[in-house]
Amino acid sequence: MNLFHQIPLEIRWVVYVVAMIVFVSLFALFAIWLERKVAAWAQDRMGPMETGGFHGWSQTIADMIKLLLKEDIIPDAADRGLFKLAPYIVFTSSFAAFAVLPFAANLIGSDLNIGIYYIVAVSSLVVISIIMAGWASNNKWSLYGGMRAASQMISYEIPVALSLLVPILLVGSLSMQDLVKVQAGGFWNWTIFGNALGRGSILQLPFTIVAFIIYFWASLAEVNRVPFDLPEGESEIIGFHVEYSAMRFGMFFFAEFANMFLVSGVAVALFLGGWHAPFPFLEVSAETSLIWCNVIGTFWFIGKALILVFIQMWLRWTLPRLRVDQLMHVCWKVFLPFSFANVLIVSLLVVIS
Amino acid sequence: MELILFIITALVALVSAFMVITRRTPIASVLYLVLTFFCLAVLYVMLGAQFIAAMQIVVYAGAIMVLFLFVLMLLSQRGAQTWEVAGPMRKWLGFAAAGGVLLVAATALQSVGVSDTVLDPEIGTVSSVGSALFRRFLLPFEVASVLLLGAIIGVVAMVKRKPYPSETEEGVEHGS
Repeated sequence: MNLFHQIPLEIRWVVYVVAMIVFVSLFALFAIWLERKVAAWAQDRMGPMETGGFHGWSQTIADMIKLLLKEDIIPDAADRGLFKLAPYIVFTSSFAAFAVLPFAANLIGSDLNIGIYYIVAVSSLVVISIIMAGWASNNKWSLYGGMRAASQMISYEIPVALSLLVPILLVGSLSMQDLVKVQAGGFWNWTIFGNALGRGSILQLPFTIVAFIIYFWASLAEVNRVPFDLPEGESEIIGFHVEYSAMRFGMFFFAEFANMFLVSGVAVALFLGGWHAPFPFLEVSAETSLIWCNVIGTFWFIGKALILVFIQMWLRWTLPRLRVDQLMHVCWKVFLPFSFANVLIVSLLVVIS
Repeated sequence: MELILFIITALVALVSAFMVITRRTPIASVLYLVLTFFCLAVLYVMLGAQFIAAMQIVVYAGAIMVLFLFVLMLLSQRGAQTWEVAGPMRKWLGFAAAGGVLLVAATALQSVGVSDTVLDPEIGTVSSVGSALFRRFLLPFEVASVLLLGAIIGVVAMVKRKPYPSETEEGVEHGS
C-alpha cells in the first residue's frame, strides 16, 4: 500500500475516473442485455440467443456498433448547438454523481462531507438537459414530452430527498462513508431495519422501512422506469427524444442505465448496508488484508445494487403505466405527506433518545 | 493547480454572464445563466464552502432556472422570441442603471476593503450553516418560511379555478 500512496493524487483521480467510465459502460452493456433477458423471461420467451453464442451475450455490443454507424439526423429547424449538447449533459450529470458512490471501504472517488446532498444536487441537472433536448428539437411533441419529463422529475425529487433524510437524521452525517460505516455487523444492523447507531431500533423500524419503500418508488420515477415511464414510453407516448437518432439517442439510453445503477447504489449505501456483507463472517476486515477487504466490499455493493436493478426490470413487466394525473396524485398526495410525517417522527425519535 | 482552475472557472463565469445579457433568445440567456451559476458553485467549492456550492446548484440551477425555462417555453413562440429593445432611450437608460449598480457595488467594496485573510475553513459546511440558521438567524428564517408558505397557498388559491359549466354537466372524468 505504500507504493499506492506514492502515486500523485492527480494520477489516482484520473485512474479512478477512467475506471468509473469503463465500469459504467460495461454495466450499461450488461444491463441492456439483462433487460431483454428479463423481458423475455417475463413473457416466456428466450430473448436474444444468436449473437456471440452463449445466450446472445454480445447482442448489446452489436446494437451499439449499429447505433454508432447509423446516420445522425439533426432536424433542419433544430437549435443545432443545444440539440447536440443535451445528450452529453444528461450523461455527465448522472456520471458526476458516481464520484461519491462508496464501492468499498477505501474505494470511493471522494468522500465529501456533503456526499449524499451532492448526489441530489448533480442529479437535478438532468432536468435541465431534458428540457434542453425537448426544446432544441423544435418539435411540439418533443417539447411537450420534455415538459412532462421535467415536471415529473421535479415533483419526484421531493419525496426522494425527504426519504433520504431519514437515514441522514439517524446517522447525523451527509458523508456517504459515515452513512455506510454505522451499518456494520450483519443485515440486522442495516438502516432499513432501523438500527443506525444502535439507537432504539424497534421504534425506528417501521419508519426506516417506509422511507426505503418511498425512496425506491420515487427513484423509479426519477429514472423514468415503469410504472412511471411516461417521459420515455417507447412504444406508446412520444417522448422528449423523439427527434434523436443514432448514438445521440444511445446516450439517453446509456444515461438511463447509469442512473438506474446510481439510484440503486444510493439505496444500497443508505438503507441496505452499503459494502457490508449480510453476515459479518462474510467480510474481510481492513486489518487482515486491505486489498481483499475492498474487493469483497465492492462485490457486496455491486451485488446488492444489481439485485435492485433486477427488481426495477422485473417491475417493468409486472405493472401497468400510470396516467399523468395519477402520477402527480401519487407524488403530491401520497408520497409527500407520508415522507413528511416520516421525517417528523424520526427527528422526534432522534431528539428523544 | 488551484490557480489554473480558478482562472478557467472565473473566465467561463464572466464570459457566460456576458452572454446572458447579449443573447437574443431568452432560452439561450437562461442556459448561459445556468452555466454562470455552475461556475459560481465551483468557486464556492474552491473557497471550502461545499454545502453552499451544492445549495447553489440545487436551488438556482436545479429549481429556479427550470422554472424560468418552463415559463419561457410556455409563453414564447419560436421566431417571435427575441428581446425587443424599444427605442434608443431604453438602451441608454439600461446602461445608466447598470453603471449606477456598479458604482454602488464599488463604493461598498471600497468601504469594506478586500481582505486577504484566510476564511475559516468550516464556514460553508453543513453544521456551521445549520447552526447559523437555527441559532443566530432563527427569527428571519422562520419568518421567511411562513412567507413562502403564504405564497404557495396564494398560488394554489389563484390557480384553483371553478370547473366550467360543461364539465360539471357532462361529468368529465377527473383524476382525483
